[in-house]
Amino acid sequence: MLGTLSVNQRAAILSVVMLVVGLLIWEAAIPAQKAAEELTEYERLTGGGAPKAGVPPPSQVIAKAWEQLSNPFYDAGPNDKGIGIQIGYSIYRVLTGYFLAALVAIPLGFLIGMSQVAYKAFNPFIQVLRPISPLAWMPLALFIIQDSEASAIFVIFICSIWPMLINTAFGVSGVRKDWVNVARTHELGSLRTAFTVILPAAAPTIITGMRISIGIAWLVIVAAEMLVGGTGIGYYVWNEWNNLDLTSVIFSILMIGVVGMLLDSAFGYLQRSVAYVE
Amino acid sequence: MTRPYLSIEQLTQRFPDGQGGEMTVFEDASFGIEKGEFVCILGHSGCGKSTIMNILAGLAEPTSGVVKMDGFEVSGPSLDRGVVFQNYSLLPWLSTLKNVTFGVKARYPSWSRAKVEEHARAYLAKVGLEGDVVHRKPSQLSGGMRQRVSIARAFANQPKLLLLDEPFGALDALTRGTIQDELIKVWGDTEQTVFMITHDIDEAILLADRILLMTNGPFARVAESVEITIPRPRNRTQIVEHPNYYAIRNHLVQFLGHRSKELAGQQSGGAAQSPEPVRIDKTKPDADPEPEGARLRAVNE
Ligand SMILES: Nc1ncnc2c1ncn2[C@@H]1O[C@H](COP(=O)(O)OP(=O)(O)OP(=O)(O)O)[C@@H](O)[C@H]1O
Ligand SMILES: [Mg+2]
Repeated sequence: MLGTLSVNQRAAILSVVMLVVGLLIWEAAIPAQKAAEELTEYERLTGGGAPKAGVPPPSQVIAKAWEQLSNPFYDAGPNDKGIGIQIGYSIYRVLTGYFLAALVAIPLGFLIGMSQVAYKAFNPFIQVLRPISPLAWMPLALFIIQDSEASAIFVIFICSIWPMLINTAFGVSGVRKDWVNVARTHELGSLRTAFTVILPAAAPTIITGMRISIGIAWLVIVAAEMLVGGTGIGYYVWNEWNNLDLTSVIFSILMIGVVGMLLDSAFGYLQRSVAYVE
Repeated sequence: MTRPYLSIEQLTQRFPDGQGGEMTVFEDASFGIEKGEFVCILGHSGCGKSTIMNILAGLAEPTSGVVKMDGFEVSGPSLDRGVVFQNYSLLPWLSTLKNVTFGVKARYPSWSRAKVEEHARAYLAKVGLEGDVVHRKPSQLSGGMRQRVSIARAFANQPKLLLLDEPFGALDALTRGTIQDELIKVWGDTEQTVFMITHDIDEAILLADRILLMTNGPFARVAESVEITIPRPRNRTQIVEHPNYYAIRNHLVQFLGHRSKELAGQQSGGAAQSPEPVRIDKTKPDADPEPEGARLRAVNE
């Protein structure tokens, strides 16, 4: 029977089987720890209970998801906002920081990719700044900018700039000489050459850098929001942990994954649309 | 003596040889091409034909020497000099049609989009690319089709000087014949000058007014300039019956077979190295060795 199905269909069936088996094991593992519920909050916080104290079964998580997703945008005060609002804040911060980074990284990457001198001049700075964990900038950002919202955006800016910058420079410097010669024999000016030959030739590499950047930005925003607090999905996770609502914690972790996947597939789509075969 | 339309004066090209030294491709090469002339250059692989062409195109700077076109020194590429590159150099992210309109737009910036497209389609049709094919990307075309797109792109720009680097190398005999005819028609209808690199002796005889012969490198020389004394229009099946055909052909084969090696490796010592004019004409045994002044431009049939 399986033999008649396509590879995709077989893979889909296998995925569903794994999901169901995983959820069943999870569900079955919970009752054994019911005793943990009888521990005091203090014991739980200090780890006095069993290590998996209070982990909810998947049925509860699904119920929570249903409840949250059926009304994602409610707003009942600073500590009680719908998941949609929280994710919206995070996406807004990520996109703002990311867009600003692209605005700097892509033109600068062009310059570095086109000019040996610029490459050699910028390279030492890039090499030193790139390996710095973006969160290490947070205290400095908070002190200088004096605004937690802008600081979070700055951290996103600084973490998304490097892959875009490096990939743009790499893509631009790797454009085949023959294609540039085509532009030259047609007397295209440098601006037109940049837009009609170098940009499309380097686009796949540039978009790959942008895709890596958005992935990193989404990883970093959760941590950044845990630090700066107030709103956002990272703050939400931390807040629910403080409320000891592990059902919400698990649900929001899943939502972080889903949004990350959607962001990545948007860039995957963009990547396919600019890809070309030599 | 008046200066020719395209004049190559004491051109020298040296490259680093990869072991810290220098390699001289050619030295003090000097020759001229008249306006409207069709010149082919023959020589063994690696002797420096593409290097000369890149310099004529303005894409490469020679180590020393100058190229003058119409009295002006060539510095940098120009729309007046159209190039068909040895490796086609199509832009892979553009469709066939867009690859051609890319050039037409650059050449005629004031034209409307419809006019640009119509012009591009007309030239694609001349090389046998019509219908759905024009919307395919270069990666979806065969090698010969890509070569034809590259030819269409250069022809569509109607440059004063056409520089062709083995433009028909990847084509089958039939397509090659059609496009050769098309090239001759385009050339015959205009005042274009053509400089073409080829490895095919018969093709060179069929197309050229004059064939330049290069010796092997390093220190290659443009050693001879052989006039093709076969009247136009030339027809590929009848041309072989012309009394001069085999005489010229044998001379070329002889050169490429033996003398290109014997003459190789001679240094110039700083003097201009001009090709020796060769005129083979069996129809008039006592013909004066000077080439006739006025040449009839006619189209091959
Ligand atoms: N950029 C370069 N750097 C070093 N050497 C080069 C460079 N370009 C060409 N050469 C050398 O110059 C010589 C001539 O090369 P060229 O491409 O002009 O040959 P060609 O006559 O066109 O050969 P073919 O018929 O195979 O195309 C070769 O020996 C080649 O190795
Ligand atoms: Mg070559």
